[in-house]
Amino acid sequence: MPSQEFCLSPRECKPGQFWSLLAVGGLVMLGTLAAFFYLEHHGHVMTGMNNQIVWGLPHVFAVFLIVAASGVLNVASIGSVFGKKMYKARAPLSGLLAIAMLAGGLAVLVLDLGRPDRLIVAMTHYNFKSIFALNMIFYNGFFAIVGLYLLTLMDRRLNHWSKPVGLLAFLWRLALTTATGSIFGFLVARAGYNSALYAPMFIIYSFAYGLAVFILVQSVMYKWNNIQVDERILSRLKNLLAIFIAACLYFTAVLHLTNMYFAKQWEFERFILLDGGIYPLLFWGGQVFLGGILPLVMIFSRAGKSPATVFFAALLVVLGGHFQMYVTIIGGQAFPLDLFPGYAESSSFFDGVVHGYTPTIWEFLLGIGGIATAFLITTAAVRVLKFMPQDDFKDIELEAH
Amino acid sequence: MNEQNLKPDSSDRRAFLKAGAVATGTALAPGVLLFGVAQARAPGEPASDKVRWGMIIDTTKCASGCSDCVTACNTENGLSGATGPQDSQWIRKLNIRHLKSGVETSLPMLCQHCEHPPCVDVCPTGASMKRADGIVLVDRHTCIGCRYCMMACPYKARSFVHEPLTDQNPEVPRGKGCVESCTFCVQKVDRGENTTACVEACNAAGHKAMLFGDLNDPQSEIAQTMKTYATTEVRADLRLNTGVRYQGI
Repeated sequence: MPSQEFCLSPRECKPGQFWSLLAVGGLVMLGTLAAFFYLEHHGHVMTGMNNQIVWGLPHVFAVFLIVAASGVLNVASIGSVFGKKMYKARAPLSGLLAIAMLAGGLAVLVLDLGRPDRLIVAMTHYNFKSIFALNMIFYNGFFAIVGLYLLTLMDRRLNHWSKPVGLLAFLWRLALTTATGSIFGFLVARAGYNSALYAPMFIIYSFAYGLAVFILVQSVMYKWNNIQVDERILSRLKNLLAIFIAACLYFTAVLHLTNMYFAKQWEFERFILLDGGIYPLLFWGGQVFLGGILPLVMIFSRAGKSPATVFFAALLVVLGGHFQMYVTIIGGQAFPLDLFPGYAESSSFFDGVVHGYTPTIWEFLLGIGGIATAFLITTAAVRVLKFMPQDDFKDIELEAH
Repeated sequence: MNEQNLKPDSSDRRAFLKAGAVATGTALAPGVLLFGVAQARAPGEPASDKVRWGMIIDTTKCASGCSDCVTACNTENGLSGATGPQDSQWIRKLNIRHLKSGVETSLPMLCQHCEHPPCVDVCPTGASMKRADGIVLVDRHTCIGCRYCMMACPYKARSFVHEPLTDQNPEVPRGKGCVESCTFCVQKVDRGENTTACVEACNAAGHKAMLFGDLNDPQSEIAQTMKTYATTEVRADLRLNTGVRYQGI
């Protein structure tokens, strides 16, 4: 069967470029696999992670991908659950990205395990009190439900099922992100975590990161096919992104303000916001300014209506999301545990001191392997099935009024 | 008549036998019971929840420069003793200084063998587990090396094996890619020695700052000490009901 039959339009069918895209993704994956086998052989001694910073750069990439995966599905949910046609046209791509990014994030988590060969143990032994174990159920369920959802969206005979299945997918993704946030929220002993706010905050983060990723992918696909995105569509997506960014900033502010109310949290807040070395810099400069304020300013500026501005604003949100994960995951561990409040502590096991962390190339290679996995799945799927958004502009006109 | 005469005789004999049996039983029972407790558990016999192993550490007796407990732990469990950021430390000497008064205290910090261990709660596969006798362990066969338990432990008591190991103690299997921590020298406990390497070393050095025993046995030295002296749990606010208690802080 000639490959052209799978294409959206003859213009889209650029087999050479498709293979070169796969080659780029494959090359990154090769680096990731090399890093994986290297670490599998030598152990985590070759990474910057240690007994103080137990989760490092791979987890920054992995958690970002998992959070963004659930968020990117929102585009589909707005279409199916809330009946917005413009979003419905984007539902298949949204579902595909959700599956691809979750697969990428989980791949990184698995490749970073101390015993990745025991993945089957993780799949067969469940401690149901563990939020980690529950997450495995949520993740696997997410694949199944979103897969089914895609089927109802793309098979005309099953279209009438798309609303109930879409609703299930929407509720499931809310539960999934709640559980992902709770991985940190349930860590009772650490000053940087231990807050019920983590669950809703991660949901809000997921809204912003997911939509930003969607805008980026859609922009690239449009550009690839020389299609101009309609101004009304772009305008709605960017305004929604702005609301999500503002909500992220709000939740971040509430987390730190509530922490500042508790005397026992002052030291940690001082560390993460003021004098904790690289972490305040990444927080204020990366998470808040680059990932929050700057994209907001860009979206609402005079140039905000241009596709390029929206693209770069979304790119900044994704970048800021990685800074946020770094501050949350590494910064939260870098601050020492306080075993004896009111005492200064010291030991051979680095008690009472800020823990250092210098990631190595191996961790970086593992981390970007997640992005490469998502990229490869998306590229291959977009090539063989119709994921390109198909707008009916009459509907958009109607919805606008 | 004969029968009547026989009756008191036989009842006397029965009473005598009964009394004899009771006396013998009373005399032997504690010995048999003690023998039972002191003996190693048979292979396959589960740990008993009638016992809760615990430790009391008297910080007033713990010498600040001394690290005999740490050395003994390393020797017993086959740890290298290296103290880099990626090296395992099952027990460490922690020096604390009160910020207001400046009073300094030295104490060993190890897995606190909590009744409600956060590491067990968070472990996805159930590899982190608490035995019926209160000892918190990691099942080396089901630990996938996710390190969530290390994130959850309030005492920083756990270590991750970062590199391949050689020359291990066959009694204490360890492995690259798994998390590990103090086992209360479970191999010694299961042999019926009912002590730990660190406690033995502390006693041998003459400090006698560490006491190991069954918290559930009211007659044990540890239970008596708990009853007589005020002891503290580290991070008592978390209500984990630790098996390790400290005196003098």
